[in-house]
Amino acid sequence: MGEWRATNAYMEGPDISSISHVTLSPSRHNHVPGYSLPLSRSSYSVISAFCTEDNVPQSISYLNQELAVLGLSMCIEASSAEGASLKAVPVLNTMYELLQINKRNMCALEEMEKEQLKKLSTLEHIQISNSRLKDQLELSMREKSGLHETERQLQLKIKTLQSCLKTEKEEVQKLQSIIASRASQYSHDAKRKEREAAKLKERLSQLLVDRKERKLAIDVLNSLGRSDGKRSMWKTAKLSASHESEMYKTLLGDYETSRKALILENAELKKVLQQMKKEMMHILAPRQQSTSGATAADDSQEQVESDEEKAGNTSREAFDHSCELAREQLLNSIRQQWRKLRNHVEKLDQVSQVHNQMESNKETIPLETHEDEMERMRQEVQQCREFIHAQQQLLQQQLNTSFDDETAALLNDCYTLEEKERLKEEWKLFEEQKKNFEKERKNFTEAAIRLGREKMSFEEDRAAWLKNHFLNATPFANRRRYSSSDGQSALSVRSEPEVRMSSAKAKRSKSPTYTTFSTPKPSRSSPVPSTTELYRTLRLLPDGSCSKHSNRGRWLETSTVEEGHPQIKSNLQARAGEMSIFTFGEDHSVT
Amino acid sequence: MNFSEVFKQSNHLCKVSPDGKYLATCVQYRLVVRDLSTLQILQLYTCLDQVSHMEWSSDSLFILCAMYKRGLVQVWSLEQPDWHCKIDEGSIGLVSSRWSPDGRHILNTTEFHLRITVWSLCTKAVSYIKYPKACQKGIDFSRDGCYMALAERRDCKDYVSIFVCDDWHLLRHFETETQDLAGLEWSPNGCVLAVWDSCLEYKVLLYSLDGRLLSTYCAYEWSLGVKSVSWSPSSQFLAIGSYDEKVRILNNITWKKIVQFEHPATIDNTKAIVYKEVDRRPAVVSDELSLHNITMGSTLFSTQSKYEICPLPVQIPVVKPEPDRANPKIGVSVLAFSSDSRYLATKNDNMATAVWVWDMQKMSLDTVLEHTSAVRCVMWDPRRPRLALCTGNSKLYLWSPGGCVSVQVPAEGSFQVQSLKWHCSGDSVILLGKDQLCLCYMDTDYEEK
Repeated sequence: MGEWRATNAYMEGPDISSISHVTLSPSRHNHVPGYSLPLSRSSYSVISAFCTEDNVPQSISYLNQELAVLGLSMCIEASSAEGASLKAVPVLNTMYELLQINKRNMCALEEMEKEQLKKLSTLEHIQISNSRLKDQLELSMREKSGLHETERQLQLKIKTLQSCLKTEKEEVQKLQSIIASRASQYSHDAKRKEREAAKLKERLSQLLVDRKERKLAIDVLNSLGRSDGKRSMWKTAKLSASHESEMYKTLLGDYETSRKALILENAELKKVLQQMKKEMMHILAPRQQSTSGATAADDSQEQVESDEEKAGNTSREAFDHSCELAREQLLNSIRQQWRKLRNHVEKLDQVSQVHNQMESNKETIPLETHEDEMERMRQEVQQCREFIHAQQQLLQQQLNTSFDDETAALLNDCYTLEEKERLKEEWKLFEEQKKNFEKERKNFTEAAIRLGREKMSFEEDRAAWLKNHFLNATPFANRRRYSSSDGQSALSVRSEPEVRMSSAKAKRSKSPTYTTFSTPKPSRSSPVPSTTELYRTLRLLPDGSCSKHSNRGRWLETSTVEEGHPQIKSNLQARAGEMSIFTFGEDHSVT
Repeated sequence: MNFSEVFKQSNHLCKVSPDGKYLATCVQYRLVVRDLSTLQILQLYTCLDQVSHMEWSSDSLFILCAMYKRGLVQVWSLEQPDWHCKIDEGSIGLVSSRWSPDGRHILNTTEFHLRITVWSLCTKAVSYIKYPKACQKGIDFSRDGCYMALAERRDCKDYVSIFVCDDWHLLRHFETETQDLAGLEWSPNGCVLAVWDSCLEYKVLLYSLDGRLLSTYCAYEWSLGVKSVSWSPSSQFLAIGSYDEKVRILNNITWKKIVQFEHPATIDNTKAIVYKEVDRRPAVVSDELSLHNITMGSTLFSTQSKYEICPLPVQIPVVKPEPDRANPKIGVSVLAFSSDSRYLATKNDNMATAVWVWDMQKMSLDTVLEHTSAVRCVMWDPRRPRLALCTGNSKLYLWSPGGCVSVQVPAEGSFQVQSLKWHCSGDSVILLGKDQLCLCYMDTDYEEK
């Protein structure tokens, strides 16, 4: 068809060019044949170029052909053979069809255009985003390269540092070797010099012996007796043997004393251990019975207990012959008991924590309501204030307005009086509310304080309970006897029973002419024994107890020095002496 | 507190007899013996030359005066003033002279440590001990006077000889595992001998009386080691002060370290108390000065001072030692246990103004005393836990657990306390100046009551 149209165009070319005013080159027509049709159509109304009187059948046939191509079955038929007129119905139908087609096409075109616009916008968007991404890419690339650069630099640095380290290490090694070689050289030289010196000394002494101008001599008026009054004895083998035996005797004595001290200490420790164990069992037994489901443990414990009883009964002999066995038993049982005690204490802690939480919960609920109440009251107060303010303003206004007119003021007076009265009432009400509010607040604070106290007392009770158990457990009352006797053990410093303090200050006052300035030591308040201290005592570390003692001594000292009453001091000291070192309870109450 | 008048002395030669009754002082070539209670001169002896060393015998009957330059030793008797004894060491020279514990023998060390000559005053006999080592403390007598330990050096090796002082019988002779032995010291109970190496190597060895090696202790290697060693009077602890500014305490059962006391420049231990000496210039107006200058005299120009409790943390002034000098001024050089072994006083050489007192029961720092000048001498009262110290000025400083005090010595002229010594009863202190001495009496009446 294209070909045909082309030929047709060629055929009609001169006609068109000749008729139409539009000057279009034929080549253009050739190239864009689509344009030729609407052009020709628009120009149709002016001059019929397509169909003339002469070529009606041709045009009809052509149109039919075209329609057939378009897929329309209708065909235009000439009403007469000459073809001057057409049958109207099929023409109209085709016309309608064509119009429909055209309309559809137009619609499609529009849609397409829209689509294209959309596409264009998306394209644009994509392009923009693309460019942006490109930018980003570039940026990141740049960043990357920068990072690469820094990394490279760091690598370089590391390398240099490593090399530095290496050289340093080498240096160190070198220096060490130098030091070693020098040390060996030095020691060698020192030895050589020493040998020479020894030789020289030898020679010197030889020479001095040979030279007899000034002999060493002793010139005594009359010889003295020995300091012990005995006569000196001849050096014999017997004498040397006696020296040996003497030496071993002293050594033995020393070992004996140290052994005794150790035995004493050991016995003490064992005693404490026993006591502790017993006490622990005492503490643990009722609890375990109360807790159901611990029967097995109970059994085992009972067994242990019976074992312990045995061990305790036979401890005296056990210490003597089967010390190892007894110790093993004792240690094992103690360990067991200790574990139990620890668990128990942990449990207690948990319980107390839960208790605390509950308490705190109890506390928080009233606190919240308290807050609410406070808020409400504040609001009320605010409202009242606002009222008052408004009323004051009103009053002011009235006063201002009535100031001009005295008669009106007189009239208004009663109103203001009334107002005042009301105001007063309201004020009273407000005051009352305020008072109530204050009272409530006080109540709340009191309740809070009370709660705090209760909590504290609970804590104290708990601590006291624990402490009591511990203190009852320890045999400290016995301890004092040992400490007052020899008591020099490996762990405790031998100290004088009474650490005497300086009299410097007291003395200073006696110095009649000279000014001295003394600074008394600040008395340290001895703290409440903490658990760590308890543990310390349980392990029998001496420092805690001794520190207690010394603290008290110091306190006494300073106080007496300041007061300058020696008698009181001696009394106090005597009392301090009486008090056993390890009684924590008393100590606590004293300090 | 009272002070006696000032007496002359020379070379700090001033000693109280062991029984505490007499005071012997040397003034040039004269030996003066006074009664301590009255300070009256009892005896006056004239020596052949200026005395360089003076010592009482253990029974307080004899006094030894050594004149090292002349190689002479003279012995005087307190009971028989006309009795005399002169020992001439001859041309071999003399560097040290001392009594043996029995007070009947004199041990003279000759020049170059060639030998030790033992002279008997009973039999006039003389015996030699060869190869004594020249070191910090090469000879030590046990506290009971039975044994003498002597460091020896033969064939470039260290040996220790233990002699029975009674008849100078050689009881034991053994080689020690030291590079260069620097000192030895008996434990107060006389059963353990502590031996330490020179400062080039940190090494402390403990030998039993019969020569068995009980233990070796080495805290670190390569840097300068032990500087001072001290036994506690109870023989329980051995304190070792070293160049790393620390004191290590060994126990007497395992000979292991119990605790380590450090001397930090900043004290922030809240359990310790820091007393700082503060100068207090007397604010005297000029006309008052003219009024008082007769009475105040000497004290006018010296500043008064007092101790103040410093709030923690405290910075102690530190002097950095020169690294290229030998015997650097760093490390713990003074270690002194109180008589009851309860306290330990230390001094770190690069913090020379401070004295540290450690509580041996709590094993912690108890007190630091910081002064305006370097501490010269630190001594414990032989009876009580009371510490006396001096810093080379005209003040005496005392510390006790109850507090501390600084006392101006009221002597005429300038009396700079350079050293001090306690009387064995702890009732008085002898203060030694450059060429003077003065007694300071502590009040004892409150104890008598």
